[in-house]
Amino acid sequence: MTKINFVDHSGETRTVDVENGATVMEAAIRNAVPGIEAECGGACACATCHVYVDEAWTDKVGKPTPMEEDMLDFGYDVRPNSRLSCQIKVSDELDGLVVMTPERQA
Amino acid sequence: MSEAIKTDVLIIGAGPCGLFAVFELGLLDMKVHLVDILDKIGGQCAELYPEKPIYDIPGIPLVTGQGLTEALLEQIKPFDPTFHLNEMVESIEKIGDPGFRVTTDAGKVFECKVVVVSAGGGSFQPKRPPVPGIEAYENTSVFYAVRKMEQFRDRDILIVGGGDSALDWTLNLHPLAKRITLLHRRDDFRAAPHSVEQMRKLVADGKMDLKIGQVTALEGADGQLSAAQVKGSDNAMSTISCDTMLPFFGLTMKLGPVANWGLQLENNLVPVETASFETNVPGIFAIGDINTYPGKLKLILSGFHEGALMAQKAHRYVYPDKRLVFQYTTSSSSLQKKLGVN
Repeated sequence: MTKINFVDHSGETRTVDVENGATVMEAAIRNAVPGIEAECGGACACATCHVYVDEAWTDKVGKPTPMEEDMLDFGYDVRPNSRLSCQIKVSDELDGLVVMTPERQA
Repeated sequence: MSEAIKTDVLIIGAGPCGLFAVFELGLLDMKVHLVDILDKIGGQCAELYPEKPIYDIPGIPLVTGQGLTEALLEQIKPFDPTFHLNEMVESIEKIGDPGFRVTTDAGKVFECKVVVVSAGGGSFQPKRPPVPGIEAYENTSVFYAVRKMEQFRDRDILIVGGGDSALDWTLNLHPLAKRITLLHRRDDFRAAPHSVEQMRKLVADGKMDLKIGQVTALEGADGQLSAAQVKGSDNAMSTISCDTMLPFFGLTMKLGPVANWGLQLENNLVPVETASFETNVPGIFAIGDINTYPGKLKLILSGFHEGALMAQKAHRYVYPDKRLVFQYTTSSSSLQKKLGVN
């Protein structure tokens, strides 16, 4: 199991365990982490699982694909470290990943 | 009020489950009209993932949302359903036992024996960008759709977004508007390349402005917008003066008027019993993503099954005096006749 840390807008951290191969969005939904809505269920067809990747992790997590960039157009307060969490697959490399949830989802 | 359209069954929502319900109802001789708020057939398959693959339709290893929609339309062609697109059902009134009068936001009225709610996640509505206080400007200075272009003549318009709607309206309103500014969060557009090219030419010729950034706040008074504050990609703040803003941030699903139809609701879903997928109101059925019951899975294939069982019960309401004999399309010559293959 891999640990993912979700830091909400007020600064509170929630740490959840998830198996490799799942997405960061699924980790949030299965553990009822607030701040992630995932309206489309992970089809990269909305922008309601938007997260900011902690600066220390951006290289490991990587950049969004062009399709994901298109979807991020619908996000609120999109920043250079913005990603859609349904498009980040969990692996050993991401153990301890820190992502921030935005003030609100679009 | 216009004259009522009479039909056996009215289906609300023309997504895959609504479309397949036409097939199952058609085999049992029931005529169908469908209403959908989108301007196209296919529901979420058409709006959210037309190009994306679906792997779990029985017997079809891979199909796109658009492909599935087209295949279903082909399959239901023999039953000649009538579509009413760009319309939202507002009210359902009981007029018989069962029997319903259904009214849309376009003022269309249907009279039917049976209503099938296959509305997925509700109705698709334009996404409101989460800019504080934007509600105060809606329908006076902020619009999410263009109904009449003339309304925007001589306006100082800020269009926000990078998709086809944003680009199309930039180009179409450009000749009428006093000035157009297009604002997008990045200098890269997902709209059709041809539209992007035309827009860039207008910008190069000094006929419109293109700004890169995101709206953070609005300025104005009494619903009249005067400017938008914008954060650039370099985090620098600037102000764009404008009297009209058209944000195009796609669509989102809202339960909408389904909540007003006298149906029981559980977490924005409609509970049904699982022998016929009928709701608490006899004669109103709910199939697909909008319903809930123990063990429910939000899968297209589940919605197909629900439609088949629904049609059996609907037959009793539409033809109370006829006995229904279960038949297979493979062997029944009467079903094959209806399908036009025999």
